[in-house]
Amino acid sequence: MITRAPPSRRGTLAAATVLVILLIVAAAAPIVAPYGMDVLDLARRRGAPSLHHWFGTDELGRDVLTRILFGARVSLAIGLVSAGLSAAIGVTVGAMAGYAGGVLDAVCMRFTDAMLSVPRLPLLMIAAAVLDPGVTLLILLVGAVGWMEMARVVRADVQSIAVRDFVTAARAAGARSPRILLHHVLPGVLPTASVALTLAVGRGILIESALSFFGVGVQPPTASWGNMLYQAQTTMSSQPWLGVFPGAFIFVTVLCCNVLGDSIAQRSTAGR
Amino acid sequence: MLTFFLRRVAQTAPMLIVVSLVVFALIHAAPGGPLALYLDNPNVRPQDIERLRRQMGLDRPLAMQYVAWAAAFVRGEWGYSYADGRPVMDRLLERVPATLQLVGISTVLALAVSLVVGLVSAVQRGIDRVATVGAVAGISLPVFWLGLVLQLVFANLLGWLPSSGRMTFTGGGAIDRMAHLVLPVVVLAAAHAAGWSRYLRGSLREVLAQPFISAARARGVSERQLVTRHALRNALLPFATVVLLDASIMASGAVVTESVFAWPGVGSLFTEALAKRDYTVLMAFLMCGAIAVATLSLVADVAVHVLDPRTREPS
Repeated sequence: MITRAPPSRRGTLAAATVLVILLIVAAAAPIVAPYGMDVLDLARRRGAPSLHHWFGTDELGRDVLTRILFGARVSLAIGLVSAGLSAAIGVTVGAMAGYAGGVLDAVCMRFTDAMLSVPRLPLLMIAAAVLDPGVTLLILLVGAVGWMEMARVVRADVQSIAVRDFVTAARAAGARSPRILLHHVLPGVLPTASVALTLAVGRGILIESALSFFGVGVQPPTASWGNMLYQAQTTMSSQPWLGVFPGAFIFVTVLCCNVLGDSIAQRSTAGR
Repeated sequence: MLTFFLRRVAQTAPMLIVVSLVVFALIHAAPGGPLALYLDNPNVRPQDIERLRRQMGLDRPLAMQYVAWAAAFVRGEWGYSYADGRPVMDRLLERVPATLQLVGISTVLALAVSLVVGLVSAVQRGIDRVATVGAVAGISLPVFWLGLVLQLVFANLLGWLPSSGRMTFTGGGAIDRMAHLVLPVVVLAAAHAAGWSRYLRGSLREVLAQPFISAARARGVSERQLVTRHALRNALLPFATVVLLDASIMASGAVVTESVFAWPGVGSLFTEALAKRDYTVLMAFLMCGAIAVATLSLVADVAVHVLDPRTREPS
């Protein structure tokens, strides 16, 4: 096999750069945003993009770019933290199932299958509508339905690693199960898990935006990319900038997460 | 074969029970419980609510309520919609044809696109580059945003296509109906075409790297034959499994697409029911969704078992 550099090196770099810039800008939103979060420019309500307001203004005269930057904090936070949560649950379930096998494995995996078979978005929409959550609860909800993919890939990895010779050697040397799992098996899961984690960030952002788009996610006046779209959908034909720009930010962010995930996956399989 | 089938069916049952527990718990976790709708209504007196509660059995212990609900659900008694008092099953069934039409046509379109793109990009490096970019973009697109933007461009700016609904109010002919289908079908098919074509490309590449392909090539089999007959046959089975297992994502996509385009299917019934906190409809929707997905995954497993001898355990 001819070795060659991963094909999308430039793409990976670009994706990582965009994500880092987005994170910095989101963190520094109060400093870098051109206007205050709730500053109303009543003279320029429903204004099209202009030099004063690059992305235009909404029906209250709020600057769309400013709201996108503040919304980035909410959307990115939900994506990142919920993905971390999903990873924690997924790795625990997957590692337990894959390592223990037998009944525990069967129970865990049937539960995973069950969770996968419920249409995810409708389930979350009901939960969000019923519980009327703030951002914290929203993170928990999104995290609670995002761990199944992680559990599956981790379980498969753990199963294949657990029968390798070095694990047998560790057991022969007297290591107990928790130690074997933590020190010998789980490090081998890292590449797959980090791929799944990156993809989960993008998925979390998409789910948040979908929930908010249906009006059951992040509630105004807090801005998120999804609820900006929710407010924009009725005026899409007369003031398209209200919907086009927040959606473009969702798209670019998720795209970067997916590109990054793909290239990590490529690199880790190339190393094997 | 029969034992495999029975074992697999037996696995599905506890799964559906777990799902039903989650669904049931969720509805009862609501502040005000299933009667939240009436609690907000100043015209409903407290004694009426008490009467309703007793009538609907909501004063009994939760476990008993669950058993009663589950038993009734299995018997096909899905209760009545809170919104208009009609049987839930009728409300769901009358929406099914529109959804089947939308989902069916989208699936066929997505399958056709992903077969062609997957095949070509597995062998043509230049096209593969383009297809890769397109596929990653397709997977990353928020479905509802794609819908809104396409509506903006093709319905509002260009005026080529109707923006929503299933037909013009005055009732249109076949062309009118087809024009209404275009945008929702494209939106729903986009993400799936992207994901599936990537998957097919990947599994084709995997098969093409195997020794039996080199052997066939050495015997003088043409490249075209190699790909379409030797590789594709092996790649199709896992591909079909992935397609069937994507049903639950398709269901989520249908909810979004239908509500963006006001498509009168099950998905927009769901969003209507959600807005009205119409719990009986919501519960039935989730259960039917889970049953449909479980059935398709059962079909996928059995099909693989029948078609691919390698997956059978040696007896």
